[in-house]
Amino acid sequence: MTAADTAGADRPDAERESIEIDLLLEGVYRRYGFDFRQYARASLRRRLYRRVALEGLQTVSGLQERLLHDPACMERLLLDLSINVTAMFRDPTFFRVFRTKVVPLLRTYPFIRIWSAGCSSGEETYSLAIVLSEEGLYDRSRIYATDINEAVLHQARQAVFPLEKMQEYTENYLASGGTRSFSEYYTTGYEGARFDRRLSDNIVFARHNLATDGSFNEFQVVICRNVMIYFDTPLQSRVHGLFYESLQRLGVLALGPKESLAFTPHVNDYQVLDLQEKLYRKVS
Amino acid sequence: MTSDGDHPVVAIGCSWGGLQALSVVLEGLPRDLAAAVVIVQHRAHAPSSLASLLADHTPWPVCEAEDKEPISPGHVYLAPPGYHLLADGGRFALSTEAPVSHSRPSVDVLFESLAQSFGRRVIGVILTGANADGAAGLAEIIRHGGGAVVQSPTSAEKRAMPDAAIASAAGAEVASITEVASVVARLVARVAPENSGTA
Repeated sequence: MTAADTAGADRPDAERESIEIDLLLEGVYRRYGFDFRQYARASLRRRLYRRVALEGLQTVSGLQERLLHDPACMERLLLDLSINVTAMFRDPTFFRVFRTKVVPLLRTYPFIRIWSAGCSSGEETYSLAIVLSEEGLYDRSRIYATDINEAVLHQARQAVFPLEKMQEYTENYLASGGTRSFSEYYTTGYEGARFDRRLSDNIVFARHNLATDGSFNEFQVVICRNVMIYFDTPLQSRVHGLFYESLQRLGVLALGPKESLAFTPHVNDYQVLDLQEKLYRKVS
Repeated sequence: MTSDGDHPVVAIGCSWGGLQALSVVLEGLPRDLAAAVVIVQHRAHAPSSLASLLADHTPWPVCEAEDKEPISPGHVYLAPPGYHLLADGGRFALSTEAPVSHSRPSVDVLFESLAQSFGRRVIGVILTGANADGAAGLAEIIRHGGGAVVQSPTSAEKRAMPDAAIASAAGAEVASITEVASVVARLVARVAPENSGTA
């Protein structure tokens, strides 16, 4: 039995739905190795039903059938479950506080390693690269940007973003304390805004699955924002264990603005660096 | 689900301009109401002082909901700007899915997931608003046996949201803004744990 509902006993539809979703997730895991069994059920349910509708199907069981027999459908669902709304310098106050509180800490290291976990199409990663570059730290930094989805990583590596987004990104950049002209960082072409190749030099985009993979290095900074909102509590705990292992002592963990360490087993292993922006420093 | 999942949840949806309506409702709720209150007001994706503005009108703590935070009675939770707010068992869950009815946070998203998690222990409330967000969600709450209240369109600053809710959610009670709180209190009492008759 999952934790999806406790009122299921008198609502047979809900119980049946719960069974269907469990079976679909098990089927995807066994067939493709993608483990979504510990994703947060409420948002996962919505995404599944959206895919059911887009596929022109009627039920989750119908989607399971198509997923198991048609890998292209699995690709579509994978994209559904990987895409995270994102923008360059989204939550400008985060980047502002990153400059004022985290950058001074990074200056003390001869070589800086940053893990951007769940990097999606790279907007946050390139924003970070811009900040490091402006602060004179880029040359001694390496950013490891990981995600579960190879197609999304491929897109991230291109460093091309829609032209129509540039106004929003420019506003975000300025609100985050940026003082340059944002258009310095990209050239406009037929395919969109292509960001300066030099911003990619010290970024490694690689596949990594937070649900199943282990630690692969030690970092001064781990950034994982608006990713664990899609994980259930046990999976979130696992991932926090992974981050704890992957952070150097006094390293910085950055979460999304509405996420919290409070409901995790590692709450006492960190000191708050900035409560509003969810920046924490590993102290134990 | 945590043991907190026994108590009712009052879920309120409105759009920009609902500050006045929300204040009236919060002031009218009994201090000892044994329920959690969750509010989705359509908001721009930017920091705002909504929590502190509403805090003036209720003795309960008012805060923006965080991911995985338990849904506790005696609290007023706000959907944070730029996220959908859902209920997952007895805790909040956030999502950055596409806007629904052009809105993120969307009332429909909250109402639908509360209906899934809390069943008949949800009381959905629709107040003044400029679009139809929430109408489908309120119907879903009713389908799961929960209670429903809509601010009367004639008393609403913007009537589109109440009109849409009344059209979609047969069985919703309609009340003037000053009466909404007492209707909510009555519906909460109906499903409070000691009255529900179930374990």
